[in-house]
Amino acid sequence: MTSYATPAHGHDGHAHHDSGEQKVLGFWFYLMTDCILFATAFASYAVLFRNTAGGVSGKDIFELPYVLVETAALLLSSITYGFAMIAGQQGRRTDVLAWLAVTFLFGAAFIGLELNEFHHLIVEGNGPGASAFLSAFFGLVGLHGLHVTAGLLWMAVMMFEVIKTGLTGRALTRLNCLSLFWHFLDIVWICVFTVVYLKGVL
Amino acid sequence: MAHAHAHAAEHGSVKSYLVGFALSVILTAIPFGMVMSGAFTRQAATLGIVVFAVAQILVHLKYFLHLHLRTPQGKLNTFSFIFTAMVIVLLVALSIWIITSADVLMMRMVE
Repeated sequence: MTSYATPAHGHDGHAHHDSGEQKVLGFWFYLMTDCILFATAFASYAVLFRNTAGGVSGKDIFELPYVLVETAALLLSSITYGFAMIAGQQGRRTDVLAWLAVTFLFGAAFIGLELNEFHHLIVEGNGPGASAFLSAFFGLVGLHGLHVTAGLLWMAVMMFEVIKTGLTGRALTRLNCLSLFWHFLDIVWICVFTVVYLKGVL
Repeated sequence: MAHAHAHAAEHGSVKSYLVGFALSVILTAIPFGMVMSGAFTRQAATLGIVVFAVAQILVHLKYFLHLHLRTPQGKLNTFSFIFTAMVIVLLVALSIWIITSADVLMMRMVE
């Protein structure tokens, strides 16, 4: 486990490489199970979205320009995280921190927009308790939002770790796992805006 | 050097991220445009948004998650994803099938 001390550029350290790769693979398997969790939420939404209990339907409450801004925030955060990873592989610590900070801001903007949307719905009496459609909507979109929030927390911890210990092999492996998590959440969001928002407005 | 190069290819370069980003922007703009313009029939727009969503997911998998089949590790990642995708399709499609069938068989009698 001396491998943990291997600096970023020391890619010839094979022990580090293998243990890191195993962790990333294990994390990938976790993400696959998380996919199934999201699939169950999508399935619930798909079977419940017509049951509006005489209340609002997707057509009445979804604003596509707003969703487009949310989508842009998340997509931008995906590419800026990619730049953080590239900086990480090249051992550019300050750049890693800068790109992580930018990614964090885009992610926080996304969560802010989503909370604002939820707040408006609840204030107008369209909270998760109003109908099966709204329960499923809040459940599915909220589940994604919780994941993004967890990703933001993790990102803050990683920034702290990189500041404290530098770009160690351990930090890079963790950044790699967070990279998978973050890009995976963007993929889930593609499904959300397609199935929930676009299909809801049609 | 060769190893470092293979490593960079595996994790993507600035160029590959930008290509993935540009494709994602296009594949997001088109389905939103299709729905917001209202120029398409419901069926055509539904088919359109699903096709563009699948296309964008594939773009993300290639350019952001770097799935590939060049190494045993890449194959393991890719095949575990394909297996999960299959489970998801079964889970979602069969749930919808069962519940809508139940809906048709039971609720219609009430009407």
